[in-house]
Amino acid sequence: MAELSKNDEPQDATPNVSDVDVVEAASEEASVAAIEATVERGEPILQVRNLVKHFPLTQGILFKKQIGAVKAVDGVSFDLHQGETLGIVGESGCGKSTVAKLLMNLEQATAGEIFYKGQDITKLSGRALKAVRRNIQMVFQDPYTSLNPRMTVGDIIGEPFDIHPEVAPKGDRRRRVQELLDVVGLNPEYINRYPHQFSGGQRQRIGIARGLALNPEIIICDEPVSALDVSVQAQVINLMERLQDEFNLSYIFIAHDLSIVRHISDRVGVMYLGKIAEIGSDEQIYEHPTHPYTQALLSAVPVPDPEAREHRERIILTGDVPSPANPPSGCHFRTRCWKAQDKCAEEVPLLAIPERFKASDTPASHESACHFAEEKDVVHAA
Amino acid sequence: MPDVTKTVPEAAAEDAAVAAAGGALPEPSKPEKTRSLWGDAWQDLRRSWIFLVSAALILLLLTITFFPGWFTGANPTSGDLAKHFLQKPKLGNFFSADWLGYDQQGRSVYARVIYGARASIAVGFGTTVAVTVVGGLVGMIAGYFGGIVDSILSRLTDVFFGIPFLLGTMVFLTSFQNRTTWVVIGALSFFGWTQIARVMRGAVITTKQADYVHAAKALGASTPRIMFRHILPNTLAPVIVVATISLGIYISAEATLSYLGLGLNGVSWGNDISDGGNQIRVAQWIMLYPSIMLIVTVLAFIMLGEAVRNALDPKMR
Amino acid sequence: MTIIEEAFVPSPRDNDGGPLLEVRDLHVEFHTREGVVKAVNGVNYNVAAGETLAVLGESGSGKSVTAQAIMGILDMPPAKIPQGEIRFRGQDMLTMSADERRKIRGQRIAMIFQDALSSLNPVLSVGYQLGEMFRVHQGMSKKDAKAKAIELMDRVKIPAAAARVNDYPHQFSGGMRQRIMIAMALALEPELIIADEPTTALDVTVQAQVMDLLAELQREYNMGLILITHDLGVVADVADKIAVMYAGRIVETAPVHELYKRPAHPYTRGLLDSIPRLDQKGQELYAIKGLPPNLLRIPTGCAFNPRCPKAQDICRTDIPALLPVTEQDGGELPGRASACHFWKETLHG
Repeated sequence: MAELSKNDEPQDATPNVSDVDVVEAASEEASVAAIEATVERGEPILQVRNLVKHFPLTQGILFKKQIGAVKAVDGVSFDLHQGETLGIVGESGCGKSTVAKLLMNLEQATAGEIFYKGQDITKLSGRALKAVRRNIQMVFQDPYTSLNPRMTVGDIIGEPFDIHPEVAPKGDRRRRVQELLDVVGLNPEYINRYPHQFSGGQRQRIGIARGLALNPEIIICDEPVSALDVSVQAQVINLMERLQDEFNLSYIFIAHDLSIVRHISDRVGVMYLGKIAEIGSDEQIYEHPTHPYTQALLSAVPVPDPEAREHRERIILTGDVPSPANPPSGCHFRTRCWKAQDKCAEEVPLLAIPERFKASDTPASHESACHFAEEKDVVHAA
Repeated sequence: MPDVTKTVPEAAAEDAAVAAAGGALPEPSKPEKTRSLWGDAWQDLRRSWIFLVSAALILLLLTITFFPGWFTGANPTSGDLAKHFLQKPKLGNFFSADWLGYDQQGRSVYARVIYGARASIAVGFGTTVAVTVVGGLVGMIAGYFGGIVDSILSRLTDVFFGIPFLLGTMVFLTSFQNRTTWVVIGALSFFGWTQIARVMRGAVITTKQADYVHAAKALGASTPRIMFRHILPNTLAPVIVVATISLGIYISAEATLSYLGLGLNGVSWGNDISDGGNQIRVAQWIMLYPSIMLIVTVLAFIMLGEAVRNALDPKMR
Repeated sequence: MTIIEEAFVPSPRDNDGGPLLEVRDLHVEFHTREGVVKAVNGVNYNVAAGETLAVLGESGSGKSVTAQAIMGILDMPPAKIPQGEIRFRGQDMLTMSADERRKIRGQRIAMIFQDALSSLNPVLSVGYQLGEMFRVHQGMSKKDAKAKAIELMDRVKIPAAAARVNDYPHQFSGGMRQRIMIAMALALEPELIIADEPTTALDVTVQAQVMDLLAELQREYNMGLILITHDLGVVADVADKIAVMYAGRIVETAPVHELYKRPAHPYTRGLLDSIPRLDQKGQELYAIKGLPPNLLRIPTGCAFNPRCPKAQDICRTDIPALLPVTEQDGGELPGRASACHFWKETLHG
């Protein structure tokens, strides 16, 4: 954090770590024990605080010189509660996929903390990290590249057991793999087939089976249905909802399709240029959005209903998303916002419940990072 | 309206039933035939005449290499000066010592062609194996670890790539009096590994970004596991193609070196071509038959490489 | 055949009588190692000037292959067109000489692709690429062509067009590149534009801008537009009529409002029911069961029968023809047709 504050400071948006019950584990055993503890339904299981990821832009071949940074994630904080689905929506380049990679420890965070049951997983290593990996799994976007084409389905779904042999004894693995195939609605006899013998929807089921193998608590889904045909999307969404009930899973569901996110999520966060613009329950975000970006995004969604469409207000934004290497000062959205004032260029709006809604108990009373937050229903016909 | 109120287990059962009856796959009741990408490639290869012809030729060459005695009873190194090299080949006498005539020292050209295969094949295979191992390892490490490791290894590759291949080997070999097969293999490999290293590095960098590699990392897989179980099998195809084609090139390189007097000491096509060149006006056959063998061999490997490339190229599917 | 033609009553906007483009009983197949892939199996549709026809379908439905056949950009082989007609202003393009066809392509029919980045040449400036259209087809001078390029870029609302005319494709954002593609398609003021998933690669907020632009320009130039998409939402915004494709056939046609209100084919109905709604939180989603068909082994009878909740024995044996549908009392429903044995139950049930 110290070296960061020189050029740009994520001082802005977010609550600090004081609201997290940090577990100080003295030894690796204690750490693993804490990771294996159970969390009550509805209690926070994953708490992300001020997460930052900057990708350095470098020049030079042998001796690289940093000439700037792509601020892919720029101070993101949220909680995931046990048993819920948190949707994260945003356009391409908003940093939502980088958040997924950071949560999976596939990328090193530049700054910030990710607390899993009170322990900062960005600082774990060894057995404790392995235990976390077992409990947090991922489903990828592209079912055509997320399965190794040289491995059979049995090897792909069985690989988690090779890496974490304590989960299933060797003799039991084939049976476990077949069980998993059955759970995701595939014929257990397909165990010796190769990925290219399956269609996109079936491959995504294989990816889900791999994610389930270690009995995880959290599954991070990065655009899990966007590569699938419309008629197959619904099957996979239904499967995921069923598995959530059956295995008591918590999901982080990252997508650009607002309708699907609404369908599956309990709470939704809207991201823009590396920051969360607005976060709240699905009803708060979709029916009572207070951030202008959320409103524009919702109004732009094409609705398969020409009549409703004609009666809906449409906010057409001008221009494109600015480059995350050089985001606007103050509020990142101000360059495309119709409400922007001088204040927006000078002051970074905090992600907090807007003053004017604080006292009231209306659905508009949720966290929104806008100086001029105001409620506007854009999804219903006027 | 469709029935949206269906209970969860019902829907699950239906899901499963539908998936089991799935449209895209043949029924599982048929005997399970596993078709890997290699399996598919094999299906392709079996139907490719280029592959069949080149594979048959290579098989024949290998047999000649290992069992030269099956093909000729004559000794390639004992000359009988009575059998003058101006005596013309007796093309009707198949497989006999005088079939392809004699050279200037009265040695059977046929026997020398047969025994000369061993040198070419040994150098070709030996160099290819060495080059694939060294180049593959360098490319793998550079591509996988990236950063400073990649910078150093890539520049090193560039340096070696900049040295003319044959010139480098020639300079290298001049310093050896006794040029055994191992020495020639060593020389060719020392200057030849760069191409495989480049191909491998490129393939590794592409594969490294595939989601299945991320998936393995997310599961907590170790680095060797990721490298050898996930990345290596997916980078082999281009490497195998390049290796097969360069096998032919190494054989011709060995012949070139021998022709220049820098190759193996002993029976080899290159040596014979060199010797025969002096007699080209009086006894063309001394040079002709080893040359034909050389061309056919090199061509067979290049054709095999092409056939394998076509079979492994997913765009052809 | 006659029945099918009745289903395509020329729309009122069709001012000069005949349709601009007519596709008649078009078949396209691909010969592969695995066998013959029947991608298009008897497609009929027409577009009039000033009209937007949306062709809706999933991957493998044949919607893009049909468009490529119209443009004449299919690779043959492996593709083959064993039968069918593609009439542009009454002339069958499939029997034309290659030269005649080239004159139509680009000048009178233009195409916009999904991936603008790979459709533009990365080493030439966009101004040069736009100007090329005028230099090659109209023999303009370099200077005039550049002026025309700037004018076109203005037309598609690229900010500071004069300043950006010498920029290269990678210097533009996705939305801007798609605008350049539109500008290129418009350059020679074609009579028909085929847009293949023009907004699929774009973000939602940019999608709306590009779709609006396309619709506006179409009105202005009174062009025919064939919009190929898998997105029921995008279609609802701009189309006049819709043709829904499944396994290489059109299974339903309808004016846009009616299709959404009352689908007459179980596949259309299934699609509409399986998309989650933005304005309400539903229970479990309706899911069409099973998988899209393998085009090597299209099911006998109606291709949709293994996935259809209404399938009966007849569906497994007889291919349903695309026939006009009517109101319960026999009243006409202009422009509507369905290829389902049980359209009555679907439409009125």
